[in-house]
Amino acid sequence: MAENVKPRVRVPRDATAGEEITIKTLISHPMESGQRKDGDGNVIPRSIINRFTCTFNGETVIDVTLEPAISTNPYFEFQAIVPETGTFEFTWYDDDGDVYTDSKEITVG
Amino acid sequence: MKLTRRHTLMMAVGSAVAAFMPVRAFAAVEEEIAAFTGGAEVGSDGITLIAPEIAENGNTVPIEVDAPGAEAIIVFAAGNPTPSVATFTFGALAASQSAATRIRLAGTQDVIAIARMPDGSFVQASQEVKVTIGGCGG
Amino acid sequence: MKTVLRGGIAGVALCAAFAVQADEEANLVVNEEIEITVRTDAPEHLENLSTIYSGWVFRSSETQALQMDDFENPGMIFVDDAIEAWNTVEGSAGESCASCHGAPEEMAGVRAVYPKWNEEAEEVRTIATQVNGCRTERMGAEEWKYDGGDMLNMEALLASVSRGMTIDVAIDGPAQSTWEKGRDIYYTRFGQLDLSCANCHEDNYGNNIRADHLSQGQINGFPTYRLKNAKLNGVQSRFRGCIRDTRAETYSVGAEEMIALELYVASRGNGLSVEGPAVRN
Repeated sequence: MAENVKPRVRVPRDATAGEEITIKTLISHPMESGQRKDGDGNVIPRSIINRFTCTFNGETVIDVTLEPAISTNPYFEFQAIVPETGTFEFTWYDDDGDVYTDSKEITVG
Repeated sequence: MKLTRRHTLMMAVGSAVAAFMPVRAFAAVEEEIAAFTGGAEVGSDGITLIAPEIAENGNTVPIEVDAPGAEAIIVFAAGNPTPSVATFTFGALAASQSAATRIRLAGTQDVIAIARMPDGSFVQASQEVKVTIGGCGG
Repeated sequence: MKTVLRGGIAGVALCAAFAVQADEEANLVVNEEIEITVRTDAPEHLENLSTIYSGWVFRSSETQALQMDDFENPGMIFVDDAIEAWNTVEGSAGESCASCHGAPEEMAGVRAVYPKWNEEAEEVRTIATQVNGCRTERMGAEEWKYDGGDMLNMEALLASVSRGMTIDVAIDGPAQSTWEKGRDIYYTRFGQLDLSCANCHEDNYGNNIRADHLSQGQINGFPTYRLKNAKLNGVQSRFRGCIRDTRAETYSVGAEEMIALELYVASRGNGLSVEGPAVRN
């Protein structure tokens, strides 16, 4: 597992039914591209987050395939519709098989 | 590093390789675009790509793509060793078919975004991003 | 050391360079809440500058934007890591930072006055030497590496709780001789390129060095998250980078000369705000 991987997400606490909200996500991760060499000239093996998904109450908002050209500490910003009170689930998939998750509840008042 | 004749020669070879790079990379991106579009014709209306004209550092370049109604948007950096950058697939609860992220660019090059629309058509936007090299590398 | 004439030429060049600078008038408010002073009158001891500018002013609008919201500032990732370290008991005394100091917010204002004379130790201390002093003398813990990851995280945390506060480093009293030593280093030409700090950051700020826009070399934003290496960078490591690029042998981080230089350069920013962890290219 890559060290110190910590997901962060920003979602409003509440919304009106059907409101369009902006979601921001940032996860600390080196995103080792597989293009770099160490001091001895050996290629440092690729180790990236290769997929990120966001769902709301089980339904997909966005599903992203990441390549090594995504910067260190991957950041995403996108818009979601909030039809009802529920939970946003965020999932990041690491090359090494690890999966990092976060979730945020939102109340429709 | 001492500048020996061997080093100088290596650098000359290096720059010769570098000079040919864009051509090779361009071929690579053409292939990847064809893989995404299946060779279909690509229009240019209905997609926006926002990227800086000049990036202060190629390591972290903010970009934004927006293609109302798209199923998916793929982003390429035409001059990167691996041109593919990311593919955004939008679900039913996406409020807009847009996303922002930060990408790596190996040098000055075109960034290309292609959207696949629900009717099977494709639209494309591209922009050149100039990547500057720091003052003295400090 | 410097002439009125050179100052005049630099002034003209500056106007020309700033004419193409779209963000000259931009102001920095972090999280729509913390107002940062990014330009103000130079402190009295600065003879050759009338206005001082934060390095933020010299960056592109994209880079500037990254610092306006903590969520978008990747430097804040490291602040989160430091909060954990702050609350972690370490060393033979069974203490954490929090045991003595309470919440990190209790340290608001500290970053604004460092480097600072330490009466007990009879020396000028940077935040890093002070943190290591705490670790070895009070906690019975191992020193952190100067400008290493743990130390920079902690420095970023201490900076973040002082953001918006005015830099006010003391240059007189017992600190004066160290400050003067730092000033001498600032104006000394180093390396095969024969450049002093002042040649770039006083005589030519606002101009381009290759494609890069030269700042005044202010350090109120340190530690900074640099896009170049995607991590926090310490101020003395930054000095090393600069000196190395003049093709000179550099002082080590934590060396007496570096601490003197840090004190002097910090004092050139008296009047600006603490903004670390800042985002730079």
